[in-house]
Amino acid sequence: MSTGLFSQLLDLACGVFLLAAVLILWRRELAAIVRIFALQGVALAAIAVILAVHEHHWVLLAVAALIAALRAGLLPHLMRRALAASGESRETQPLVNVAASLLTAAALTLLSYAVCQPLIRLAPSPATRALPVGLAVVLIGFFTLVTRRRAVSQVVGFLLLDNGTTAVAFLATSGVPLIVELGVSFDLLFAVLVLQILTARIQVAFGSTDLDDLRELHD
Amino acid sequence: MNALGAAAAAAQVALVIAGAPWLAGVMRQVRARLEGRAGAGLAQPWRDLRKLMRKQPTTPVGAGPAFRTAPLLLVATTAVVAALIPLASTATPVSGSADLIVVVALLALGTVALALAGLDTGTAFGGMGASREMTIAALVEPTILMSVFALSIPAGSTNLTTIVSGAAGNPARLASPASLLAAFALAVVTLAETGRLPVDNPSTHLELTMIHEAMILEYSGPDLALVELGAQMRLTVLLGLLASLFAPWGIATTTHLAALLVALVLFATKVTLLAAALAAAEVFWAKVRLFKVPELLAGSFLLALLAVSASFFLTGK
Repeated sequence: MSTGLFSQLLDLACGVFLLAAVLILWRRELAAIVRIFALQGVALAAIAVILAVHEHHWVLLAVAALIAALRAGLLPHLMRRALAASGESRETQPLVNVAASLLTAAALTLLSYAVCQPLIRLAPSPATRALPVGLAVVLIGFFTLVTRRRAVSQVVGFLLLDNGTTAVAFLATSGVPLIVELGVSFDLLFAVLVLQILTARIQVAFGSTDLDDLRELHD
Repeated sequence: MNALGAAAAAAQVALVIAGAPWLAGVMRQVRARLEGRAGAGLAQPWRDLRKLMRKQPTTPVGAGPAFRTAPLLLVATTAVVAALIPLASTATPVSGSADLIVVVALLALGTVALALAGLDTGTAFGGMGASREMTIAALVEPTILMSVFALSIPAGSTNLTTIVSGAAGNPARLASPASLLAAFALAVVTLAETGRLPVDNPSTHLELTMIHEAMILEYSGPDLALVELGAQMRLTVLLGLLASLFAPWGIATTTHLAALLVALVLFATKVTLLAAALAAAEVFWAKVRLFKVPELLAGSFLLALLAVSASFFLTGK
């Protein structure tokens, strides 16, 4: 793969990756949010594949397949099941309204570009130049996690955070050791499973998954 | 050089003025056919203009110069923009001053003139329409600037002619993520600026939904004809800007008569195709609630900002 084509493809995959995070903030339908999250998983796997082909680093291909299976297949499937169980379809009242969250996302992206400049200067290459994209997704994930009310959107925020850290790991060091990636993925899977069970239980007890309503203890 | 260059600029303006009502006719006809109606025919906007031209203009009591000059200003600024933008040729005598900021400022001048006219009549509708128009304009102008800046970074200049001729010589630039984001942002803003469907419905007179219509309620006769023509020209010019920036093929870069004629035909084709696609999409869209419009525009501003930052940081300059 030539350098020009490599950097173009990598930029395109990173662009889709960041755009998916932004669209998750933009959309209100939870089903659409889960779909966009699956798209982001595909983009992350594409980043891994592009890096693997460029650096002839074939273990990365296995990691990419794992990422695609988990983040574009299994996790969205689990979230869809949680959605079907909870019977809610929309994020009604985020703590910060959508227009303001979009402007915040813009500010967070610029902040991550500013913060990453010294890192990029250490070893300039197309992959490190795309580093700020991963960091921006981490920050947008944090933001989603703290400003959304529905359990499913908070889970998506948590998963965005992890997608971002994985992307940073790929872009900065061409991937983490396979065993670490496996461990992290299983942790994620358990977290989502636990959250799914919790969502179902909250649903049974309160009739909605608005986490701000959980103020007092019941026996 | 100069004679043909001047002829190219004049041809651009003439084509925009003559073609804008036809373009509106094409859009209405596409909509009508898709909705299962026969439609009024392609020349209906021209017939409407002719009808309005024969009528007597009336001026509301107490309306000042802003009301009288607004239609002329709207058409004049749009005609100047049509001369500046490299719609069909980059080798015009005015191409040196075809700066992005000048173009956006001229478009804004037309918007402000119309908003002042809406206020000038002293009716409740005019004031309401003007305030809504300014709300949208304040969100739209920065987005137009931002989305074209994303393209001006690789070209190294904010001169539209330089951007277009650079992109025509190096089409790989247009396939970058930054350019795609910028195209999407500019498309959303074009819809908002020309009062098309997701933002404003051009075919109703309902008070709750009116933005553009509310400002021009008091106009009649030749004045109304000018306002209508101005609005159609703005749509044509903005669609032409989209086409020139993101599909710059066939734009004449030399002053050959043949190249210029081919470029004019291609420009008309590109804009007609864009308008037909827009009209077809509008059939399936619903109007966004007025309070959701800032959200839509904030989203497009964010896309434009991402485009600028991506083209600045990822090109490694």
